[in-house]
Amino acid sequence: MSFPLLTATAVLPALGAIATAAVPAARRAAAKWLALIVSLATLVLAAVVVVRFDPGGDRYQLTESHAWIKDFGVRYELGVDGIAVAMIALTALLIPFIILAGWHDADPVETGSKRWRPTQGYFALILAVEAMVIISFEATDVFLFYIFFEAMLIPMYFLIGGFGDRAHGSYRSAATAARGEEAASTQRSYAAVKFLLYNLVGGLIMLAAVIGLYVVAGNFSLTQIAEARANGTLDMATNTERWLFLGFFFAFAVKAPLWPLHTWLPNAMQESTAPVAVLITAVVDKVGTFAMLRFCLQLFPEASTWATPAILVLALISIIYGALLAVGQRDIKRLVAYASISHFGFIVLGIFAMTSQGQSGATLYMVNHGISTAALMLVAGFLISRRGSRLIADYGGVQKVAPVLAGTFLIGGLATLSLPGLAPFVSEFLVLVGTFARYPVVGIIATFGIVLAALYTLVLYQRTMTGPVKAEVEGMADLRVRELVVVAPLIVLLIFLGVYPKPVTDIVNPAVKQTLSDVEKKDPQPEVEAAK
Amino acid sequence: MSASAVHSLWTTAAEPIDKIGAPDIEYGQLSPTLIVIGAAILGVLVEAFVPRRTRYHAQVFLSVVALAAAFAAVIALAAGGYATTKSGIVAMGAVAVDGPALFLQGTILLAGILGVFTFAERRLDPAAHGNRVDSFAAQAASVPGSDSEKAAVKAGFTTTEVFPLLLFAVGGMLIFPAANDLLTLFIALEVFSLPLYLLCAVARRKRLMSQEAAVKYFLLGAFASAFTLFGIALLYGYAGSVRYGTIARVVDGTVGEVTPALAGTMGNDALLLIGAAMVVMGLLFKVGAVPFHMWTPDVYQGAPTPVTGFMAAATKVAAFGALLRLLYVVLPGLRWDWRPVMWAVAIVTMLGGAIVAITQTDIKRLLAYSSIAHAGFILAGVIATTPDGVSSVLFYLGAYSFVTIGAFAVVTLVRDAGGEATHLSKWAGLGRRSPLVAAVFAVFLLAFAGIPLTSGFAGKFAVFKAAAEGGAGAIVVVGVISSAIAAFFYIRVIVLMFFSEPRPEGPTVAVPSPLTMTAIGVGVAVTLVLGVAPQYFLDLASQAGVFVR
Repeated sequence: MSFPLLTATAVLPALGAIATAAVPAARRAAAKWLALIVSLATLVLAAVVVVRFDPGGDRYQLTESHAWIKDFGVRYELGVDGIAVAMIALTALLIPFIILAGWHDADPVETGSKRWRPTQGYFALILAVEAMVIISFEATDVFLFYIFFEAMLIPMYFLIGGFGDRAHGSYRSAATAARGEEAASTQRSYAAVKFLLYNLVGGLIMLAAVIGLYVVAGNFSLTQIAEARANGTLDMATNTERWLFLGFFFAFAVKAPLWPLHTWLPNAMQESTAPVAVLITAVVDKVGTFAMLRFCLQLFPEASTWATPAILVLALISIIYGALLAVGQRDIKRLVAYASISHFGFIVLGIFAMTSQGQSGATLYMVNHGISTAALMLVAGFLISRRGSRLIADYGGVQKVAPVLAGTFLIGGLATLSLPGLAPFVSEFLVLVGTFARYPVVGIIATFGIVLAALYTLVLYQRTMTGPVKAEVEGMADLRVRELVVVAPLIVLLIFLGVYPKPVTDIVNPAVKQTLSDVEKKDPQPEVEAAK
Repeated sequence: MSASAVHSLWTTAAEPIDKIGAPDIEYGQLSPTLIVIGAAILGVLVEAFVPRRTRYHAQVFLSVVALAAAFAAVIALAAGGYATTKSGIVAMGAVAVDGPALFLQGTILLAGILGVFTFAERRLDPAAHGNRVDSFAAQAASVPGSDSEKAAVKAGFTTTEVFPLLLFAVGGMLIFPAANDLLTLFIALEVFSLPLYLLCAVARRKRLMSQEAAVKYFLLGAFASAFTLFGIALLYGYAGSVRYGTIARVVDGTVGEVTPALAGTMGNDALLLIGAAMVVMGLLFKVGAVPFHMWTPDVYQGAPTPVTGFMAAATKVAAFGALLRLLYVVLPGLRWDWRPVMWAVAIVTMLGGAIVAITQTDIKRLLAYSSIAHAGFILAGVIATTPDGVSSVLFYLGAYSFVTIGAFAVVTLVRDAGGEATHLSKWAGLGRRSPLVAAVFAVFLLAFAGIPLTSGFAGKFAVFKAAAEGGAGAIVVVGVISSAIAAFFYIRVIVLMFFSEPRPEGPTVAVPSPLTMTAIGVGVAVTLVLGVAPQYFLDLASQAGVFVR
């Protein structure tokens, strides 16, 4: 038996999480280093996955299959296609930056009980999320996927509810700072509960659909079911298929998040630390869009086609509504959250446009959005940690005091608005082209999202970084070495993938073609050709 | 007429005396129950003859050894093939020895052992007059607040009677799911109920509440028993027998002969329907299904917490076992009559338990309503009427009982000056003060909520799958919705523990003896193992899923 590479990629961070959690209370620094080293080792394993993956080869590679729960028809089945490889690489890439950026986020303020170890908990939870996200990208068994799709909510929940920005809310007077901390803690637990309930309800509805799928198909193997669907041995009644599709899609739409199920995201991102916010939007939420591609389209091709018009409308609303609300935000992190909702709208649009450009664009978008949001949000986090406020109005003229910080913030922002030359441009362009080929009107409306994106990012930059230096901003330190180490590679990647996206598209494209052939869609021919 | 003539008339009318014979008792196959009941009687003798000083140790030792021996006997029977390849109806048709019976008996015995551990805990309550005390009243008979109570406390009395009582209850519970005729069912019901009523009344603290709980439990329980008994009488009138197999054959119409004395009533469907409904009602009362759940919150709250944990776990196992056997062995012919009713009961139980639980502010009441919701989930599996349904219920019961005992054991640890701090507000910030206890409790809550990788999820998935395959898709949808509602209040407790600031006057977490630690540790271990690798136990449950008829 060959080395179980995929299992190892997921188990390593899981073991790392346990080890990190077990570090004694006094050895906080050791826990941080341990978590960082584990995340880097995971990155190495993910790189091996990328190298070993052959884009021209079988659809699912590096497969592993073991009996697990026979009574439920569940097998421990792993396998990656190009899309999954890209997502695993993104996840493994971002986690070290998330850990490094959050180096001091969880230093204990006051020592309560001797056993209270927030630092160990924080980094252990991040690694636990990484493990679960990776395994849900790898799972080709619906049940296995579902288990980790749900289970990852728990560590996420503790990350959101347990850790927040330090000393935020300085619009309150210093005298009420203590009360402010309590209010912040209340808001945090509200955000955490909202996150959990939204996703849990989505997940439970999906559970009903998962059970329904089992009753119809008799097993949970994605490959088997998809094959049986393709060659006609498994015939689902139209209505059954539609209900099951809706059950799955609902859970993914909550996770993604798609309007109108998005309202947990701004709360969650606003209240959590910047690295955790990145973890939510750049890593965890990607499982939702990824699962739409992998499960909705493959298992329920006809229902997917049936639901496409409605989903496109929801995606459009997400794009425009998210962008409009981003323009109106006064809180930096909320702004990024709404921008993300807008971007997820683009991803869903690309997936359900059912063209190869659209879907490659959507996959590429997932990667690029992860990197660009990480860059923007982490720099925003550095900024917030200096001033102790998330409010845009509390800043001004930062670029004169901290030019490097302002510059990196600008690049992150420009990436968010898809400036040509930076990575997100390629993916957004592909999505729009792909959409336009099939649904011109939808494509045109979606384009307005880009205009709005320019508005909210540039206004954000203008208000915080330019203008006269505010009194509280004076003397603000520029990026430290640790922070530079976080930001610089992300920016390099943004530029590299903006100029040369081929490495990613090469991996992704064959998988996209496969998925499209599942839904029996061919790219629409250009009209001139069709006329001949 | 002369005396001898009367005598001869009498002797000719009666059966010859030698035909009755001594009953045939298969001691080997009944050994689990016999061991436990025997030990319980021995325990009463220990109460009478062993000096007070050593009584506690003697009782704990006796109980654990007896339960372990009974468990070994169950294993031996199962290894002898009784669960899978053969089965027997023993004790002249009164008791069935088959897969479900042995599986449930094993579960009840394990729950009983963990129950003894929590009963025997003596480190949590502060010592009274230099004597270590447990959760039970110094002298149950003394009036609360009276001088005699004070004297009893000062003298260092403890109610070691709880151990024989527990053994009696376990003995009854062992018979209950194995009972193969209605009278045995009723007697088993009483044998395990009466000790439980008593156990509920003997709390050391909040004694009035405890006694009130016991009275409520007793009155409502007596009502339910009366219903059951009346139903049994009606079923006898219908079938001319209390034997499960015979009733089932009469229901199917395969038995033609009519007992002359019952010629007027036999085969009367009204008797069958009313009788069956009343017996099932009595069982649903024990299970705690809506609308027969009213006793649950008060009793769970008032009873000493170790008793609550034991009762919540073991009673549910026993009662569901009996319900399964009744519905699958006696009344499968009536399936189309009882299924719609049970659908309705399952739906209101799931929703009712979950919705009312949201408003609870006491952790024990919260767990009580949660247990009602879980009864609804289990009923979803009962309704399936497939072999998968039986095995899923068996699995769920096994998983659930360990979570329950563990969770209530954690509740005993969180204390303030007034004993256990069961009001939810007092649990605020527990995660800061004692992360380990809070984390363990969080694991139990997540299992209750059915989060993947815990036993709760595997169990819930099993019953929902069985229900869906049995054609009860609507039940699954309702189940999923009530799971979402239920998740809300489990999570609220987690929020409270981890994300709220600890209160300065908040409770302390007592460090328990290895006994309670074992109970909690086993609970956590089983919860996680059944969550991650449930296959072995699912196999066990599905092998054990066939009733003897």
